[in-house]
Amino acid sequence: MPDLSVNCAGIRAPNPFWLASAPPANSGLQVQRAFDAGWGGAVWKTLGTPIQNVSGRFGGHTVRGVQGAGFNNIELITDRPIDVNLREIAETKRLFPKHALVVSLMVETREEWRDIIKRSIDAGADGLELNFGCPHGMCERGMGSAVGQEPRINQEITSWAVEYSTVPVLVKLTPNVSDIVPHGLAAKRGGAHGVSLINTIKSIIAVDIDRFVPEPRVGHASTNGGYCGAAVKPIALHMVAALAREKQFGLPISGIGGVSNWRDAVEFILLGSSSVQVCTEVMLRGYRVVEDMIDGLEEYMRTHGFDSIDRMVGKAVPAFSEWGDLDLNYETVAKIDADKCIGCQLCVAACHDGAHQCIHPTAASRVPTVDESECVGCNLCQIVCPVPECISMVEVNNGHAPATWNEHVTQGKTLRPKKGAH
Amino acid sequence: MAEPAPTPLSPVPPLPIDRTEAAFDDAKPAMTRDQAVAEANRCLFCSDAPCISACPTAIDIPQFIRKISTGNVKGSARTIFESNILGMSCARVCPVEVLCVGACVYNHMDAPPIQIGRLQRYATDTAFEKDWRFFEAGADTGRSVGLIGAGPASLAAGHELRRHGHRCTIYEQRSLIGGLNATGVAPYKMRTDRAVEEAKWVLRIGGIDVQRGVHVGNGVTLAELERRHDAVFVGVGLGADAMLGVPGENLPGVRGAVDWIEQMKLRTVPLDGVRRCVVVGGGNTAMDAVREASGLGIPSVTMVYRGKEPHMPGYAHEWSEAKDAGVRAEWQALPVAFEGDARLQRVRCVRVDDHKRPVPGSEFVLDADLALIAIGQARLGPMLAGLEGITLDKGRIVVDSHGFTGRKGWYAGGDCANGGKEVVNAAAEGKAAARAIHAFLTGAIA
Ligand SMILES: Cc1cc2nc3c(=O)[nH]c(=O)nc-3n(C[C@H](O)[C@H](O)[C@H](O)COP(=O)(O)OP(=O)(O)OC[C@H]3O[C@@H](n4cnc5c(N)ncnc54)[C@H](O)[C@@H]3O)c2cc1C
Ligand SMILES: Cc1cc2nc3c(=O)[nH]c(=O)nc-3n(C[C@H](O)[C@H](O)[C@H](O)COP(=O)(O)O)c2cc1C
Ligand code: SF4
Ligand code: SF4
Ligand code: SF4
Repeated sequence: MPDLSVNCAGIRAPNPFWLASAPPANSGLQVQRAFDAGWGGAVWKTLGTPIQNVSGRFGGHTVRGVQGAGFNNIELITDRPIDVNLREIAETKRLFPKHALVVSLMVETREEWRDIIKRSIDAGADGLELNFGCPHGMCERGMGSAVGQEPRINQEITSWAVEYSTVPVLVKLTPNVSDIVPHGLAAKRGGAHGVSLINTIKSIIAVDIDRFVPEPRVGHASTNGGYCGAAVKPIALHMVAALAREKQFGLPISGIGGVSNWRDAVEFILLGSSSVQVCTEVMLRGYRVVEDMIDGLEEYMRTHGFDSIDRMVGKAVPAFSEWGDLDLNYETVAKIDADKCIGCQLCVAACHDGAHQCIHPTAASRVPTVDESECVGCNLCQIVCPVPECISMVEVNNGHAPATWNEHVTQGKTLRPKKGAH
Repeated sequence: MAEPAPTPLSPVPPLPIDRTEAAFDDAKPAMTRDQAVAEANRCLFCSDAPCISACPTAIDIPQFIRKISTGNVKGSARTIFESNILGMSCARVCPVEVLCVGACVYNHMDAPPIQIGRLQRYATDTAFEKDWRFFEAGADTGRSVGLIGAGPASLAAGHELRRHGHRCTIYEQRSLIGGLNATGVAPYKMRTDRAVEEAKWVLRIGGIDVQRGVHVGNGVTLAELERRHDAVFVGVGLGADAMLGVPGENLPGVRGAVDWIEQMKLRTVPLDGVRRCVVVGGGNTAMDAVREASGLGIPSVTMVYRGKEPHMPGYAHEWSEAKDAGVRAEWQALPVAFEGDARLQRVRCVRVDDHKRPVPGSEFVLDADLALIAIGQARLGPMLAGLEGITLDKGRIVVDSHGFTGRKGWYAGGDCANGGKEVVNAAAEGKAAARAIHAFLTGAIA
């Protein structure tokens, strides 16, 4: 039986699935229900000076009928009194002593940080998460991503928090930067025990095309919000991996952004996360989604012979390399399994209009053929094919020894002739 | 020359509200917007989609479905009507299981195919209800075309001819327009009022003079037609029910199936005391007749067919519905006499062998109060027999792929030319013939 328990930057939990600091972790009763449902930890909705929210807070991005493929929000940090939150944190910790209860914080002055940190730890926080990420509302007040985008300020506030805290401190990073690494390093210099990322991405989710107002609409106007949900996973994975492979970094990572199921979680873990946090999928489907996350992860670990999460963390990081180090002589071509093919010819349209014009209809049947002499191995057909495993990308033994661009430039290694470039 | 004045159609005789067909509900109900969008989102938007090839009118199905999914219902309806002006009734009456839906790639995945007919109905009904109009008559060419029959073939041909600006006159022997689409199709697919409304909607392109109550042959001669018009389209469909020619066939209670169906759709059929119904035949009219009889509450309905179940020409999906409704069948059987005192009481049958020859001594009797004969309809080609250049094949008018008969200016399409298919075939053939007529009238063809 694989062991799902984790220790992320010194914060222990029965499993790596934590609620992200957001509406699902807004109150004691919610977090307690989540723990009952199987969640291993929760990062409480960010505490700070309580704010006032607007009506019209969220927007959804619908793709071919799938609602909430992406999601955005213009809500701020907690709108509930600090006392009430702290009382519920204490109550929750008492009821669930083994679960990870992290408290997210966002205040302005050094004194405010000292005060809120002490009160959170007194209430029983197992760790703190510094919210340097919120891209709307709070940053205009000099908090959230205004801090996260400025490595110097990030480092300074982190160092205050570390000074006042007796529990591990995670810095939650904003993705609204061109390169995440300097920001992770700033948190490290400030003494952080780990980082969590990503917070939401600056966005306008949609426009009400009849009223000429962006969404979510607040009366006659809207504002930019924070993008999250399934659609942001690729961005989050990249940022997590960029830090994980950075030699000077080396801090534990709590991965966030578009985790919707166990597969997503496994990907985050393989790229260096020692816990994952989830917000949108819970907002869209409820706490019960964790059941499949746990089952699925357990089964994955069993089939791959991982007895603990530790052994998985970062497994795919060494294979995340630079473009110049990729083997240009590695060649694949698409192969269609005629028995599985349903004849939709989406691959034909995709290859003809969006790739290299090398999948052709056949006269005899609706199963197309791949002209392997022209196929560049781009994967597009495999991506559009509606039948799982119908199109596979098969390696071709072309007799050329591996050669990267860098090796070609520095050592003159021979590259195979280009395909599809006439 | 001045534009021909649009001829307002004088009111079509009202259909009685209590006519028998009103008892039926739609077997495939209308979709709500939400159902339609959910289903539309399943469509894969196939390239060179096989569903299109399976539609006789080649509607761009993936395109019209995609437009439903994006809320562009008007564009969706335009896509449908651009290919098939009778798209609203086709959506209801097409045997989609053997046409578009039967060809959907999802069948190869053993997943439910896209409900193309119901989506088509959603888009076209919306267009009809919102009174969206998509087509205008072309500038008047001064040429005129006579069309015989106001069924789907002539309606599609006339509409297309008007888009090209040719004047049209439709001669229809009945007072009702719509042809068998109005008087024949099963009411659980479409009731008569909708077919008539659709025909009127098609005619609103204007410039089509519909002369009702005029029989070509008796009322106006073919020679007269040829004099009046620059071209003629023949869309007369099929004729009366074929009968068996066995004793007792004129007893009250023995009816031609198409005749009985028409009465059920337009008026009322007497059902009091009708407990047992026998339907003779194994084609699609027989399929409809057994389902209609059982749908009207006749407790015992039996189909008598001279072949075996797998060889029945009726669609398997229709027969399976009939069986679910409790209909039974006598396979390899043939009526030899209808018997009774003053009205039908029994059908005397004989078994036939694999070569459809009666098996001696195999007679049996089915009790029956109603017998419907559904063994085919008369072919109307002979009405053209005197015209040089026109060829008939067993009563069917022989045409090329453009509906040309071989006699200059004479075209035909629909049931009278194809021998009896579906509304969608009549629509496709009528339109194709109209295009050929246009080419002929504008000199592209000598
Ligand atoms: C019982 C039954 C059920 C059917 N169900 C379906 C179904 O579910 N789905 C489907 O797609 N198809 C169905 N069909 C077939 C479909 O109705 C026909 O294929 C279609 O109507 C043919 O159209 P048409 O224009 O060729 O002929 P018709 O619809 O037959 O129209 C011909 C018109 O010409 C008129 N006419 C004939 N002779 C003359 C003349 N000498 N002078 C003036 N007018 C004349 C007739 O009165 C008629 O109005 C069914 C047919 C029957 C009999
Ligand atoms: C409605 C909403 C409110 C959020 N509020 C906070 C917050 O108060 N503090 C914070 O650190 N992150 C907040 N987030 C960001 C989430 O914690 C998380 O980083 C982000 O949504 C990405 O994860 P996901 O794709 O699983 O949603 C919020 C997100 C949403 C959607
Ligand atoms: S996309 Fe897949 S299923 Fe469709 S034709 Fe191509 S190989 Fe076949
Ligand atoms: S007209 Fe009939 S066959 Fe063609 S797409 Fe519509 S329902 Fe299918
Ligand atoms: S075959 Fe089916 S899935 Fe493909 S375009 Fe037609 S309806 Fe859509």
